[in-house]
Amino acid sequence: MARRVAIVGTGQTYHKSHRPDVTSREMIKEAVSSALADAELTIRDIDAIVIGNMDHFESINYVDTYSVEGSGGVMKPIMKVTTGGTTGATVAIAAYYHVSSGFFDRVLAIGFEKNSESDTTGAIITCSDPVWDRFSYSGAIPSLATEATAYMEKYGATQEDAALIAERDRGHAMNNPYAHLRRPLTVADIMASPMLAYPIKLGDICPRSDGACAIVLAADGIAQKITGKPAWFKAAAVRHTYTWFGDSTDYNKGLVSMQRASKDAYAQAGITKPVDEIDVAELYLPYTWAGLKWIEDIGFCGPGEASKFVGDGHTHMGGKLPINPSGGVISTNCIGATALLRVAEAAIQVMGKGDTRQVPDVRNAIATGFGGCFWSDIVILSSERP
Amino acid sequence: MDKAAIVGVAQIKYERRKKDQIFADMVFDVTREALDDAGLTIHDVDNVVTVSNDFFDGRTISGMAVGDACGGQDKNISTVSGDGTFGAFYGLMRVLSGYKATIVVAHYKGSEGDINITTNGMFDPVFHRHLGIDAVSSAALQANAYMTRYGIREEDIAQVSVKNHGNAKNNPFAQLPMDITVNDVMKSRKIAEPLKLLDCCPISDGAAAVIIAGEDIAAKCRKKPVWVRGVAHCCEEYFLGDRDLSNPVALREAATRAYAMAGIRNPIEDIDVAEVLEPFSYMEPLWLEGLGFCEPGAGCSLITKGITVMGGKLPVNPSGGALSANPVLVAGLARLIEAALQVRGEAGARQVKNADTALAQGFNGPCGQSHCVWIISGTK
Amino acid sequence: MTEWLKSVEPLTLKGQIAVPYTWWVGETGGRFMAALRDHRKILGTKCSSCKTVYVPARKSCGRCFIDMEEWVDIADEGVIQAYTIVHYGHPVQPAKPPFAYALIRLDGADVGFLHVIKKDLDRIKNGLRVKAKFRAERTGTILDIDSFELM
Repeated sequence: MARRVAIVGTGQTYHKSHRPDVTSREMIKEAVSSALADAELTIRDIDAIVIGNMDHFESINYVDTYSVEGSGGVMKPIMKVTTGGTTGATVAIAAYYHVSSGFFDRVLAIGFEKNSESDTTGAIITCSDPVWDRFSYSGAIPSLATEATAYMEKYGATQEDAALIAERDRGHAMNNPYAHLRRPLTVADIMASPMLAYPIKLGDICPRSDGACAIVLAADGIAQKITGKPAWFKAAAVRHTYTWFGDSTDYNKGLVSMQRASKDAYAQAGITKPVDEIDVAELYLPYTWAGLKWIEDIGFCGPGEASKFVGDGHTHMGGKLPINPSGGVISTNCIGATALLRVAEAAIQVMGKGDTRQVPDVRNAIATGFGGCFWSDIVILSSERP
Repeated sequence: MDKAAIVGVAQIKYERRKKDQIFADMVFDVTREALDDAGLTIHDVDNVVTVSNDFFDGRTISGMAVGDACGGQDKNISTVSGDGTFGAFYGLMRVLSGYKATIVVAHYKGSEGDINITTNGMFDPVFHRHLGIDAVSSAALQANAYMTRYGIREEDIAQVSVKNHGNAKNNPFAQLPMDITVNDVMKSRKIAEPLKLLDCCPISDGAAAVIIAGEDIAAKCRKKPVWVRGVAHCCEEYFLGDRDLSNPVALREAATRAYAMAGIRNPIEDIDVAEVLEPFSYMEPLWLEGLGFCEPGAGCSLITKGITVMGGKLPVNPSGGALSANPVLVAGLARLIEAALQVRGEAGARQVKNADTALAQGFNGPCGQSHCVWIISGTK
Repeated sequence: MTEWLKSVEPLTLKGQIAVPYTWWVGETGGRFMAALRDHRKILGTKCSSCKTVYVPARKSCGRCFIDMEEWVDIADEGVIQAYTIVHYGHPVQPAKPPFAYALIRLDGADVGFLHVIKKDLDRIKNGLRVKAKFRAERTGTILDIDSFELM
């Protein structure tokens, strides 16, 4: 039977727009070293490694074999998993199965990206099918803008409602020393920022960052010896539902992958009332409307209620369900690491290591990944051994 | 480890150019065939692992191309970017974590990309990329290091090509079944010395699938379950100059761990047939040394002594191996599938008599930097 | 196969991923490249734990998983450990075939250094000594060494 698994250490770089001082491999080593230090382990204690990024952002084929000097993978098992924006969560979940299957006791999960080394949009548009979608409907922004207008049309949400998400997350980032953008941004600033694709303005979307993240997972019985407060996996759910962008044109249905993944995750974790039972959320919100629409899909509030739910302050620090104490993706986006940062930040909250960004008394934390063709990954961590 | 088995397999014929099928078409075909083979429906499979590579597919998030085709709708799905043996290992982990059945699918179309550019991308962008080195020229360096160290002649490694292309005549999926002689290999065009055209794999298109399940499902499947007895992977250093290219230490380590798991003490006695990933002829003897079938340097003598030929004590690559079809990534999964067919006794004209325990191996990275070794058996 | 499939013309689309890259060399690689460019010098780094001298200079030792602090001057000559003469041409290559790739154990280093040899291909053998030929115009890339030549 599957073993219980916990996160026992996390590490991340100080995220920046450019890291000229290091190569990807050297940047990875910073995150790995800091995760090992957090768990008070050495690389010798690690049985296996899972790593992921997006190939075309650094143009490195086989980063598993490229990275070993930095990942610690010399003469160790290492595997690469990659699923676009969800990669970081995919890596964490793969590491979880490495341990729960019984094959490995202590596993490192690593995500990284050096977005400064390439043309992010030039690379991302190639995710679309070369025959059908690439000419017509590609890149991250057009599909998200379409989703946003559909949401505005249906529920009457305003651009100011959305801008509040970025104001919140950028405000939270002020508490996170690792965040890339640590300048507050107001609703007025966002409304005044240049329009990219209606209704998405520059202030509504995530930046491009250089950074890496690593977490250490350990099996039941070992985890407790490593730390007094492990962050136990209660659920890992994945739904990569669409293959074609055209299949997702019924935006009125909401983010179906998130609805399905969260249903699966809540069933695994035994959660029936997410808002009451979850204490903090680290959500992969690459643009502001996601902070409205997707929190409905994940069940934090009913359809069309997000503007009020967020407006009432429930998701700010001190609210009943703080979202993104780290500052989230709007403040830091090193893509291959982004979803792993969500998992790591959720673990930090459960382990009580959040310092100035700590939410008090966290029992259950939820982390999500978003990517690919409107895909969702969900991890629920808990201070209670399941 | 709990028990898990390979319960369904499928391949399509490997070809130089599949003009009539896109990735999703190929993957749909192998998914359906693997399900039929297992006697399962897509609803019995609760988990999916796809295997692909963004460089080779010319597409960011290459897994997106096949999510629907392999039944990934509303299922836990992920993508391993690497050889199929690694993807299958991830699938196995999910089954042993409590999922009922995982389908692992791999696709590749060599005909659509430029293998020199995509494999040049394996090398360090700062120090090595500009030198233009790629999978072929780096393999040739390894061949030179290996052959010089042990005094191996080009004729010796040519025998591997003769054997495997000959074996491919018994494999309906193989791309290059050929009757050739050592002399033919020796006379073929020089590619990168000591490798000649017939020492190198072809460029191939293809797809393959395996279904891995726990004991409950395995008991209900149509075919004899092929039990996983041991599996392990390991990676060595990255820079070619940091490695001893004539000594595959990562393979040795992976094999040691897989053997320990499977209770194999003497590989040449305990294993009945092996399928190894040898896109270049010299790799087969070198990998057999790493797998502990013989002493270092003695790999080529296994053919001369008749051990690794059909009818020998340990036939290696009855399928014809990667020399006879090398859809990259798929090729490792094909090794596992061929090994499973041997264990089932369903390998047709390429069947090794009384094969019960089989080995399959695949690798990632230049010159076999990171290996994965599987031991499978008809015995639980 | 359905009858109509037989008459379908196999169409293809041409395309390529045209993404420009600017790889940061990093501080360690930067010092190595600047030494090549400005002083025609090859630098290595030495691991304080296993004592391995790596070239080109690396920030960390993968075997010991520690950062390396000690810089070592490496000779611009050494011994061929392995080579291949390449007979196929491709735009990614820095020379027209035939030319050779070689792993060269430079004097003072403990690992092989990958580079190319363009001349005297008929005389190449493992164990022979070679020396770096630097380009006159150097820009801070590995190709500031044009090639190695037999001594």
